[in-house]
Formats: sequence, structure tokens, C-alpha cells
Amino acid sequence: MTTAIAAGVAAGLLLSVIHEFTTTPIILHAEEYENAAPDHHAALPDPILRELMENALHKAAFFPKNLNDPSRSLSRNQSDTLYDDRSGQFHLVGGTHEGGHGEEEAWGPADGWERTLFTTLANVLTGVGFAAILVACFVFSNTELSGRRGVIWGLAGFAAFTLAPALGLPPEVPGSMAAELEGRQLWWIGAVVATAAGLWLMVFNDKRLLHVAGLLLLLIPHLIGAPQPAELGGNAPPELAGHFAAASIVVSALFWVILGWTSGTLWQRLATTEA
Amino acid sequence: MTTMIKTQTAQTTQSRTSAVFAASFAMFFGVFMVYGVGFAQPAEIHNAAHDTRHSYAFPCH
Repeated sequence: MTTAIAAGVAAGLLLSVIHEFTTTPIILHAEEYENAAPDHHAALPDPILRELMENALHKAAFFPKNLNDPSRSLSRNQSDTLYDDRSGQFHLVGGTHEGGHGEEEAWGPADGWERTLFTTLANVLTGVGFAAILVACFVFSNTELSGRRGVIWGLAGFAAFTLAPALGLPPEVPGSMAAELEGRQLWWIGAVVATAAGLWLMVFNDKRLLHVAGLLLLLIPHLIGAPQPAELGGNAPPELAGHFAAASIVVSALFWVILGWTSGTLWQRLATTEA
Repeated sequence: MTTMIKTQTAQTTQSRTSAVFAASFAMFFGVFMVYGVGFAQPAEIHNAAHDTRHSYAFPCH
């Protein structure tokens, strides 16, 4: 547990510094587009068409019958993106990242140091969480640990938690179009669990059959496929979105290698002092 | 001699069991933490962890 906390805090803090110079500027940049983009219906030149569109939006967003009708998969997500999965007809993109829905704004950290502080805190907590999972896996595997082996473990974590989900759900910059949140979260969790289990079967087994089963587990989430948005074309420019996806994956790789090495080293050191 | 080995084996099994138990707890704790930062629904938590969620590519929004 000490290993997990120490490694997690170290990796989380280091990551926060790296984030501050890599992904965060892109997020902030993307939010400029997200916030600056006018509501699509507001940009319509024809007042009649505009009214029609507003009515449609109004009904879709606030008419409870529509919202509860399972045949219409409507989603209104946190960044004020609203669209109809079935017809893909209208969407409204705008608002701030603070989830400003107009009706009631939830608390969010103010831009600047407060936001950075909360991001750092969230990074550290994530680091500790991932480190705890990693250390638990060290124990389950019942193998020797060292910094070097820890790096390999970290890379496995990177494969399970970043690479595999990224194939179906690439890292998103704010203001991207995406399918309904619950479906994506479920697929993400499924992909992570299947990839981790698949890798485990392939690494910690001698039986050929289980190796094949492991490989299948790696493939299944991608054969099923992640939920995709009904239409593409968010506010963020594609160049920015591409840059963000790359930065996010690179930073994740760094995070996992650092986490793996720190956890492995601390684990080995604690094991020697205890013995 | 055999008894000693048996006792040692029993002790090893016991410590292995408790280690696995502790590890299960750590796993649960880790999943809880990651879930809290990456997936928890309340808007306040979402807003606080927003940039982290995006940076780690947790499905967000």
C-alpha cells in the first residue's frame, strides 16, 4: 500500500507538470473554439427556419416524453452538445467546460491556479489509484519485482488503459462530437478489463489454448466496436484534435513507465527490508 | 524435520493468503479511486477532474 501511494503521488505530480505543458494548453485552446462557436441554430440566416429549428431543439431538450422514449436515443451531454442519434439532425454546441447549462451551473474550479490545483489533485489521485491496481497485480502474479520489471508492468498498464481504449475512443479534445456517454464509458471499461485479462492469460500461462483465449480477449472489444457519434464535425479544428490525441497517448506512455518503474523499485526495496 | 517444513509451508501459505487478501483490497481501492476521478457523475467532480479526464482519455462529456 505504501508503494502504491508513494509511486502514485510521485507519478501523479510529475504528470501534472508534464500535462501543464502538453495537453492542458491544447484543452484550453480547444475550449476557445468550444466557447466561441455560436449555437448552430443561431447562425441560421432565415428567421423562419431558425424558429423551426429552435422549436425542434426546445422539444428535444426539454420535452420529457421525448427524452424518455427509448426509440429516440437523445443525449444531452455536459458540454451542451445535443444531438439526435437516430436522425443526427441537430446539435447544439456551446457553453463552457464548467458544464454551464444555463439552468443551474454546477461548481467548477476557476481558471488559473485553482484549476491547475484541482487537475494536479485529480492526477495524483489517479496515479495512486493506478498504482494500487498495479501493485495488486504484482501480488497476484507472485513474481519477482524490480524497477526494470516494473517498467514492463507499466507498459502492460499502458496497453490496457490507454492503447486498447484509444483504438475505439481516441482521446478527445473538448468540443468533439461523441456518442452517448454511458455507452462509451461501458465500452471503455470493457476494453480495459478484456485487454488486461487477455494480456494476463498470455503472459502467466503455459497452455497454448489459454494464449489463444487471451488473444481473443484482446480482439473482442474491437470486434464489438466502440459507440461512435452519429455525425462528425465538432468545434475543435482537426489539427488540434489530432495533436491532442497524440499528446495524450505520449503523456500516458510516460506516466505508465514512470509509475511502473517507481512501483517496481519501491516494491523491491520494501520486500528486501521486510525479508 | 518434516514437521518444520510443514509448518514453514503452512506459514508461507498463510502469508500468501493474507498478501492476496491485502492485494484484493488494494485493487478495490485503486478501482474506486480511478472510477472516482474518471467516471463519477456529479458535475462538481466532473468539473474538478475535467482536464485530467481529457488528458487520460477517459470518456468525458
